[in-house]
Amino acid sequence: MIKLEHVGKTFSDGTEAVKNLDLEIKEGEFCVLLGPSGCGKTTTMKMINRLIPLTSGKIYIDGVDICKLDQNELRRGIGYAIQNIGLFPHLTVWQNIATVPMLKKWPKTKQRKRAEELLELVGMEPDTFIDRYPSELSGGQQQRVGVARCLGADPPILLMDEPFGAIDPITRNKLQEEFLKIQAKIKKTIAFVTHDINEAIKMGDRIALMRAGELVQFADPATLLSSPKDGFVRDFVGADRVLKGLRLLRAKDVMQEPPLTVKVGENPMRVKALMEKDRMRWAMLTEDEGHFLGWITCDDLQESKRIRDTITPPTITASLDTPLNEALSMMFDSAIGTLAILDDDERLVGVLSFEIIRDVLGQQVDEAKTEPCGEGQ
Amino acid sequence: MWVQAWNYLINHPDKIAKWTLQHLYIILVANALAVVLGVLIGIYISGKGRERIAETVIYFASIMMTVPSLALYGILMGILSALTLPSIGFLPVVIALTLYGLLPIIRNTYTAIREVDPAMIEAGRGMGMREMQILTKVKLPLAVPVIMAGLRQAVVMNIGIAAIGAYIGAGGLGQPIFRGIANYRNDLILIGAIFVSLLAIVMDLLMGGLEWLTTPKGVRIRRKS
Repeated sequence: MIKLEHVGKTFSDGTEAVKNLDLEIKEGEFCVLLGPSGCGKTTTMKMINRLIPLTSGKIYIDGVDICKLDQNELRRGIGYAIQNIGLFPHLTVWQNIATVPMLKKWPKTKQRKRAEELLELVGMEPDTFIDRYPSELSGGQQQRVGVARCLGADPPILLMDEPFGAIDPITRNKLQEEFLKIQAKIKKTIAFVTHDINEAIKMGDRIALMRAGELVQFADPATLLSSPKDGFVRDFVGADRVLKGLRLLRAKDVMQEPPLTVKVGENPMRVKALMEKDRMRWAMLTEDEGHFLGWITCDDLQESKRIRDTITPPTITASLDTPLNEALSMMFDSAIGTLAILDDDERLVGVLSFEIIRDVLGQQVDEAKTEPCGEGQ
Repeated sequence: MWVQAWNYLINHPDKIAKWTLQHLYIILVANALAVVLGVLIGIYISGKGRERIAETVIYFASIMMTVPSLALYGILMGILSALTLPSIGFLPVVIALTLYGLLPIIRNTYTAIREVDPAMIEAGRGMGMREMQILTKVKLPLAVPVIMAGLRQAVVMNIGIAAIGAYIGAGGLGQPIFRGIANYRNDLILIGAIFVSLLAIVMDLLMGGLEWLTTPKGVRIRRKS
């Protein structure tokens, strides 16, 4: 647990970067420090490992005042990842990852073994990459190594300063997803700095939105979107905050049962009768084990043909963890305007339609209306 | 003249070998001193908040380079004899060459350390490296090839300047040159000049190899791509 009490920082040129800040990051919590540039978010983060000394106030880690600890010991117990990565070009991938274990004087074999584990964790084949040099890696791979390095000695706390800031959007998205999966496993206490509201919403358990050195609102992403505390927060999260809320939900949260699933081998005419009775526009065909084959429409069904030969195969499907904003765009690509949701074994488990998304959006707007002033007012 | 020089080479290989070894010895001692002093000074002036000192030091080292070697020998003779130290021969020449060698080494050390990517230094510091560890594990390994390039420059340059050292009795390949000038012996001048040049070329190649060897593999790969 990290606790900041009345923390302030005034630089020697007189700039007050952080003013009387109180913040508590719970054990295992992913806390995003968010704000426009110059709001003091990076300064706040760097005060936690004393890269920037604080001018006033106190910071406690698990109840211990960090100023009472040896500065380098403190830092070796906190993972640190930065936007420019800062891998050491003269060291191999494993030597880079094992920087903190090396500083802690672990035996060499243990260092290398740890590097192997971590490469595996960040999705890089250890045998291929362990002896490479940073210059032989792509930007995304370097960033993965940067993440692995900050986990080097398995610190309970991670400080991350826009670690995915300098890579292309596609790789960034992938790394964010992967890091969330890693975090679900390792459950570190994280202070994560970004200026990107979308990244904050996607990654954070709670978001600390800062402006001019002060904490404006500290809340979970849904609350920040639905109940912005003031005009600044509302502007910062953006006019499309309702749509942004879609990112917070995943297909599995709102999907519905398919209205009618048909197994292969059914009689086409019986299916047709069933669909006409309920005026269904479509039904879904699956194999016996539940694998999704395609969409059935009434008009295509013919007595002389197997259902299998008359279906419209799916152009696109979503998984249980697909965020709703992505699902929404996928619907436009789906032949039928409805999206089939498949589980990890490719079995059909549900559907998402425009109607469902509209209802979800409606709920969010309602919530926002019932508590228009947000917390603290 | 060429024939006479060739005959001299055949008849007196021992003398030529002696001069070359003397020359090499002076160069090695002077540049070893220069590299130790230069790197230490370079590290010191690359420290935080020492920009003014760095400017001054590099300025003086540059001025040093513009002093003609004969003048410098003269000044050193004065100083050394005042200190009752040998004022001619090996000592003043080595001191002079050390001073000449300092500039490229100080300048390269300083530039190389200052140009290490700040992100690396921040990452190192953030992971709990002490300042000394940042120097020895990050800054210096990256700076060594650049420092070697400075040393290479210093060595090659000093091989030429050392020839003048024969004038104040330090021996070396300057000796046949000065003797040749005094006695109208063009063959001796030629011998001296050729061997000074050969020595410079050979040392340049050797130092180039050393520069390559001291470049960390990961950095070498980056240069290739």
